[in-house]
Amino acid sequence: MAIDENKITRSKKRNQSIAFCVFAVIGFLIVAILVTVLSFIVIKGIGVINWDFITKMPEDGMTKGGIYPAIIGTLCLVGGSMIFAFPIGVMAAICMNEYVKDGILKKIIKQMTNNLSGVPSIVFGLFGMALFVNKLGFGDSILAGSLTLGLLALPVVIRTTEEALKAVDDTFRHASLGLGATTWQTTRNVVLPIAFPNIITGLILSVGRVSGETAPILFTVAAYFLPKLPTSIFDQAMALPYHLYVLSTSGTNIEESRPIAYGTALVLIIIVLLTNILANILRKYFSKKVKMN
Amino acid sequence: MKPFFKNFSEKLIEGLLMICGTITSLTVVLIVFFLFKEGLGVFNKKAVEEGYVVMVNKSNPVNSISPEDIKNIFDSKITSWKDLGGKNDSIILFRLEDISNYFTDEQIGENFEGLPLLLNRVVDSIPQILAFFPEKYLGKNFKGREIEAGKITFSTFFGGKEWFPTAQPAAQLGVMPLVMGTLWVSLGAILLALPLGLAAAIFLSEIAKDKVRRVMKPLIELLAGIPSVVYGFFGLVVIVPAIQKLFNLPVGETGLAGSIILGIMALPTIITISEDAMRNTPRAMKEASLALGASKWQTIYKIVIPYSISGISAAAILGIGRAIGETMAVLMVTGNAAVIPTSILEPMRTIPATIAAELGEAPDGGLHYKALFALGCILFIITLVINLIVEFISGSKKNRRV
Repeated sequence: MAIDENKITRSKKRNQSIAFCVFAVIGFLIVAILVTVLSFIVIKGIGVINWDFITKMPEDGMTKGGIYPAIIGTLCLVGGSMIFAFPIGVMAAICMNEYVKDGILKKIIKQMTNNLSGVPSIVFGLFGMALFVNKLGFGDSILAGSLTLGLLALPVVIRTTEEALKAVDDTFRHASLGLGATTWQTTRNVVLPIAFPNIITGLILSVGRVSGETAPILFTVAAYFLPKLPTSIFDQAMALPYHLYVLSTSGTNIEESRPIAYGTALVLIIIVLLTNILANILRKYFSKKVKMN
Repeated sequence: MKPFFKNFSEKLIEGLLMICGTITSLTVVLIVFFLFKEGLGVFNKKAVEEGYVVMVNKSNPVNSISPEDIKNIFDSKITSWKDLGGKNDSIILFRLEDISNYFTDEQIGENFEGLPLLLNRVVDSIPQILAFFPEKYLGKNFKGREIEAGKITFSTFFGGKEWFPTAQPAAQLGVMPLVMGTLWVSLGAILLALPLGLAAAIFLSEIAKDKVRRVMKPLIELLAGIPSVVYGFFGLVVIVPAIQKLFNLPVGETGLAGSIILGIMALPTIITISEDAMRNTPRAMKEASLALGASKWQTIYKIVIPYSISGISAAAILGIGRAIGETMAVLMVTGNAAVIPTSILEPMRTIPATIAAELGEAPDGGLHYKALFALGCILFIITLVINLIVEFISGSKKNRRV
């Protein structure tokens, strides 16, 4: 009997160590994939990036020069979409979390928000083209692109804001309401200040998401090659992700514009990394502060 | 006065919030409206070029010809009326430029003023004719019969095996190759990503030390933040040439390249969701298993995985959903050949990639434009169904726990 038990324990142990080894290897493999993708683009792109690259117009059929208009275009789009999505998203989340009671209405709104966040980005592009570009007659413009991207960011903003609001302890609300404050006063003076850091984190994350989206701007704003800056919201504009797409697939001279493509990819990645890191730092900083209070 | 004002502004704010709260629902409704309004417009439209008519002799019993048949007739793949359900006669195809074979230039006239009459005579005198000419030359009292040619129906759209929207004289709008391409690429992606993602999720939630976890999790979440166009670019310059070399192919842009890239992109979704599900396993359950003498590994596959199976399946389904809807990366690496694939090493074209590649060239409001919106409808419905399935799975889980 004793021997058998030993055998069982041993085979149990062996199975376990094999399985754990495999899992650990796979876990690190996935991190390795990430590191490979990132380092590949960093190594190839770092030599291209310099001051001229980010402040000059593209030249010679996009094989030389910089990506200045694409950077400005992306900034405009991100800014525009956030002006639209942030206030509406935050208010929608407040409405859902502080005002609407549990019930059929809340369920419907929740389901719809979920659906919206699952819609593929190319469908947003189609919708933006049908509504903003054609129906409302904005044409290919920063306005149409920003609105389309804003709709795409809306579910993200709503979800992060809702989570931030949910994290606020109910005792705060009860105390405020108990003192005779109205729901809005409670929300404005008690709930929002506490939830604010997390809301801002969500905002930054959605900026990261929006700045890399290509499919929604293909038909709503993006210009193939436009070596000047937009002057109004009804202008077309270049944008970083679309620029990278054009450079790598349909530029006039793909081989020669490769270095610029690497540089553009790196700039895009830097934006995403920065927004992520910034969001993380803010989250940590504020969570410490709240704890200290 | 003051309380009244306070009340009033309070109500105003409440109204504003309610409007914002319903905006996502409104957006979904608007998306559905615009997508389906344009998309459904493709049905019952003629695939034949705008302004053209297809005429046959009055005695011809054939009533309608599908767009695919028209193409086959013009390619001389169909030569007999019998194939179309008519008499056993060979088809005499007549295009406008063929008129000079029948009549002299004087008869036609310098400004083609004789055309309507002559066309009338041709169609009337040849029983086997299939005439294809601009509608403006259709004279009064035309003796031929216009045939319902190239009508796009549900069955030609969903069953059609050819996607060639700019084909002459009839656009070929069959979504089969695109649907198959999408399925191949996304299934390949999920086959790659699911085992890897699950293993990583198990590692993160059950095995890894806290320190490792705290470094690894944000890194994996970062993987989700990288824009799809960057993945596409990476695939284009690294994976595509590698596949070409490895399998000795003429082109490296294949379904496999798309599957690999999509697999990498679906990993973070699968890992974070299934890890969350696993971490929700009650501690008491795990400890009971360990106390009975089970090893940690036995506890994982007998307790943790069965307990979190609904979360894991939700993760898999959402991963597939992401893969199906992904546009840019796929567009850049799969080669975009609209043929029904027979192997993963062939170029393929997915639904979103088709929309992205063709919408720029499709004239607003035209047939091609509407067909692309119909593709958008298909995508929208797929994502809706996926959302409902996930909802159902996580909903049934909640009920079980109660």
